[in-house]
This record gives sequence, structure tokens and C-alpha cells, in this order.
Amino acid sequence: MDPRDPRLPHPQANQPGPQTGRLERAPTIGPGHSFGSITDKISTIVLTRKTSGGWFIGFGIAFAMMMMMLYAIGWLLIKGVGIWGNNNPVGWAFDIINFVWWIGIGHAGTLISAILLLLRQSWRTSINRFAEAMTLFAVACAGLFPLLHVGRPWFAYWLLPYPNTMSLWPQFRSPLMWDVFAVATYATVSLLFWYIGLVPDFATLRDRAKSRPWKILYGFFSLGWRGSAKHWYRYESAYLLLAGLATPLVLSVHTIVSFDFATSVIPGWHTTFFPPYFVAGAIYAGFAMVLTLAIPVRKAFGLQDFITMRHLENMGKVMLTTGLIVGYAYVMEVFYSWYSGNIYEMYVMFNRAFGPYWWTYWLLIVCNIVAPQALWFKKVRTSPLILFVIAMFVNVGMWLERFVIIVVSLHRDFLPSSWGMYSPTRWDFMLFFGTIGLFLTLLFLFIRFLPMISIFEMRTLLPEAQVHED
Amino acid sequence: MRPKTETWGLLAEFDDPTSLIEAAEKTREAGYTRIDAFTPFPVEGLHEAIGFHHTKLPMIVLAGGILGFVTGFGMQYFATVIHYPLNIGGRPLNSWPAWIPISFELAILFAAFAAIFGMLALNRLPEPYHPVFNVGRFVLATRDQFFLSIEASDPKFRRDETRRFLEALRPLEVSDVPW
Repeated sequence: MDPRDPRLPHPQANQPGPQTGRLERAPTIGPGHSFGSITDKISTIVLTRKTSGGWFIGFGIAFAMMMMMLYAIGWLLIKGVGIWGNNNPVGWAFDIINFVWWIGIGHAGTLISAILLLLRQSWRTSINRFAEAMTLFAVACAGLFPLLHVGRPWFAYWLLPYPNTMSLWPQFRSPLMWDVFAVATYATVSLLFWYIGLVPDFATLRDRAKSRPWKILYGFFSLGWRGSAKHWYRYESAYLLLAGLATPLVLSVHTIVSFDFATSVIPGWHTTFFPPYFVAGAIYAGFAMVLTLAIPVRKAFGLQDFITMRHLENMGKVMLTTGLIVGYAYVMEVFYSWYSGNIYEMYVMFNRAFGPYWWTYWLLIVCNIVAPQALWFKKVRTSPLILFVIAMFVNVGMWLERFVIIVVSLHRDFLPSSWGMYSPTRWDFMLFFGTIGLFLTLLFLFIRFLPMISIFEMRTLLPEAQVHED
Repeated sequence: MRPKTETWGLLAEFDDPTSLIEAAEKTREAGYTRIDAFTPFPVEGLHEAIGFHHTKLPMIVLAGGILGFVTGFGMQYFATVIHYPLNIGGRPLNSWPAWIPISFELAILFAAFAAIFGMLALNRLPEPYHPVFNVGRFVLATRDQFFLSIEASDPKFRRDETRRFLEALRPLEVSDVPW
């Protein structure tokens, strides 16, 4: 183990850069904070601050949307998948679009908590907890769709290899089976990573909670954490190793998701650049979602000195970069279809741009390629409102991307006799918007009952946290 | 299991990490061995100051990862080649490239479990009760104060002498830690 752990910021991480104007950076934490004030500010949101009316309104709306989801699922279980718009040839529609959309959103959380940790980016500190929670909730929403798409979800356990009287095994050579393992592992590791990051903060809440039930509850989850130096040493070692494991994991998950498409022979899907294209798209969508959530939350809870302009600007830069990679992939898709010399491949591209769903393709280009170009300007990157609007464009654009890949590729089969059209029913929409309700419900509960910013990591950002060597 | 000492030990409180590290180094140099420090966040170099240098955790995680890969690959080999072989157009039964994704995912899963549960086991957590919690001011160890402890079971521990030694390190306060 390298004792110089990347969790600890660089000695200069908090001081403003050299006063040369161009290199000067906004700090990652506002001035005037001490260990105590950081602890108080974040834990007060959970422990003592009165629940605001805004929280109740937001939670109420989210909860109502979640109820709509349960209604849609209930009707689905009674009637079957026939209530959806899925048909032949478009057998994969909203389920897989939404699955890929949600799981992609989740990836930014892992990227922020694991990859930026390994890259020693101290600005990740105030947004990692929040982003990890977002990952968990997004994966929960994602998992619902394939589960319901199997038609009889009560038999979903057949996907797992277990000793059974039928003596059957799942098909391990199928990418759909790889998906089961990848998503299950991802959900489990994300949960562990998130929980283990919370343990020292649970101890803080345990020691600061006023009422006994909360002391017991937070104490239970704190596992008796007491901040021993030996514990911290092993803890940091474990955390760093987990980050090292989560990094290849997150890349593998979206790679495997893209294999669902790439290993098939459908024109427009059967390409080798799908894994990097999908991974970049996932990070792009994920950062858009982090911004979508962080901008209102930072305003509502007055956290501008923890989630500073520098965080927003950096996230804008990541979005611009990954957006450009995604843009490159779109160009390559066009090139590939032409260069393949294959009539079906060429037709798919033509059909995307000029076929019956032409408007989804051009809307996708506007949302994912044109709108984010504004991020080249510093003025845009430092304006929360404009950033929020661009992030919304990307959220929509990334959903459309999956629509274009899935529905538009499927609806024109090889033989014109099996061509078809797809239109979603209200049940499709209810389930999709319902999962947004589930996501927001979980998120509202999270920001009310758990510290949304890692308290102990914020303490390490202060200059006082550095040990002065003689 | 309670050793035959009157108290668990002594706890000295400091208000910044630099004085804690200096105090810990002096304590170790004075020959105390059963010492520990308690801080609200990981302090760089503190584990070395209390004479704790090594953790087996990386090896445990490596073992977990290897076990996961072998389990995943072994399961797929057993299922596809031995237990339920299916001849599809004469393709090889041992189609190992197709098994890499699942073997990889299980390697990560097992390694992650090893990291979390290995860390908790080595730290002897969960441990809801610990004598240091008996000291009233210890709640600040999760806020903004820094503590150094010497256990009474330390061979060099003499209640009054050790107390004087700790006071000489200029802490805010030295407290007895009752059982």
C-alpha cells in the first residue's frame, strides 16, 4: 500500500492556484470552515433542520409517480406484456431503452467515486456520496425493466444458476446472461461501496443525534466505528482497493450491455465500436443527471460553499468531453454503414435519418451534439441555470439515442414483408415516468435521512487536516 | 474477557492532527506498545506514528478475486462441458471466450466482498461497545478532536507514571477510561 493515499488531497489542493489569472481555480470548499463547522453544517440537514415544505411537495410528487409505477406494474402482471406497444419485429422497445438509459445514468456515480479517486481529483469529495446514491437508485430502476420484460417475473430466478430438479443451466454463452451477472455484481458492489463510505458518517450522526431511537439506529449502522488509527488505515486500504475494483467493473458493465446489441446480427447493432461508444455515452448521461440533481439540491440546502462553481464547471467539462466522444461515435456509425458496403447496413443509416422516425434522429443530434457545444464557453459552464438546461437536453438526448438504436434498427427487418412500426402505449409511458418517481422518491428519502455529502472526507479538504512536518 | 487491570487505560485529547502525531511518536519512542489513536478523519502517517505498519488486506482481496474467477469459470465449465453438454452444429463444448465476462464479474464480486468483510473482520467490527465510549468527550472523536490512548495492559503502563507522561505531551485533557 502506498501510504500517500489519493484520498488525501494534494497539499496545494485547496489553495488557489498561482495568481496568474488563467491558472487560478475556484476552491473545492468555501472559506471560513473548520472541522466542527463542516460536521455541523452537513449533519444538521439530517438531524435537526425542520423538514421544509418544499421537501414534502417534492416527495409527494415523486411518491405519486411511484404509485403510478406500481399501478402500471400491477396491471402488467394481470394482463401480461401485451399491454405494451412491443410487437414483431420491435420486440425490444421501452424496456431495453429504459434499462440502458438508467444503467448509463448510474455510471457517473461510480466514475466520480472510484475513477476520480484513483486520479486524485479532490473535487470529487463533495459530490461522490450523492452520485453514489444516484447510482444505486438508477440501478434499482434499471433492474426493473428486464425483470418485467421477461413476462413472468415470478420465474426470474430461473436466470440464476442454481441446482434444480429440471437439471437445467442458464445459457452462459448468451450476452443476456452476462448482463444478469454484470448488473447483479454492479448493484452489489455499488451498495457495498456506498455503505462502507457512510460508516464513519453514521458514527458522527450517532454521536450527535439527540433522541435515543436515532442514536440506536445510526449506531447500529455505524458498526461501532470509533475512528481508530488502525481502523482508518485498513479502511482506506479497503476503500482504495474497492475503487480499483469498481473501475474495471463499471467499464465492463456497459461493455456487456453493449454486447447485448453488438453480438447480434441486426444491422446497426453488429459493430465492434459499441463498447467504448456505450461507455462514453453512459458517462455523458450520468454527468448530465448528476448536474440535473446537484444544481437544485445545492440551491435548496444552501450548499454553495461545498458544491462550488468549480464542481459544476468540472462536470460541465466532463460532459463536453464525453459528448464529443459520443459525437465521434455517431460520425463513425455513418462511416461504418457506408464502408461496410452492405445494403442492410447502409439502409439502416438512411432510414434513421430519413425514415419514418427521422425526427427522433435529428432531435438526438440537436440534444446530444449541438446543445452541449455551448459548454466550450466558460460563461456557460459557470452559470448553474444554463448548465441545468444543457443537462436536461442531454438527459433527453441519451434516451433518444437508445430509442434510435433499438426501435429504429428493429422496425425495418431484413425482409420488407416483416417491416413494422412501433408506438408506445400509455402503459409504457406510465412505467417509464413511474421509475423516475421511484428514483426521486429514494433520492428525497436519502437527502432527508443520510448525510448527502461525505462529512469525514470534507474534513480532509481543510488545510488544518494536513500534518505539518516539523 | 476482561484482563485484570483496574481501567482499560488512559486517553489524551488533542485539538489538531499535528500535535497528535507528535505525541504518538513520543509515546512509541518511550516504549509503549499498546497504543492507538482516534481521529475524525484518516490522518496521513498516523498509523506509522503508533507503530502499525502493515495490513494483510490486499492479499485477502487478491485471494478473493482469484477464488471468484475460478468459481465462475469452473461453474461454467462444469455446466457446459460435464453436466449438460449440448452439441450444437459440432461447436466446441469448451467455448471459453464466452465465459470470460461472467468469470470476470464474479472475480470482481468476490474481491469486493473480500475487501469489505476482510476489512471489517481485521478491524473486529461491528463492535457496538468499546471502553473508550465511556469517556464523555470521546463523542468529539467523530467531530473535531483527536485522541491518543495507552492501554492498561501495556507492560510499561503504570497508572500515575503514564498519566504524568501523557500530561507532559501537553494535551487538552487526560482521562481514565473505565471498563
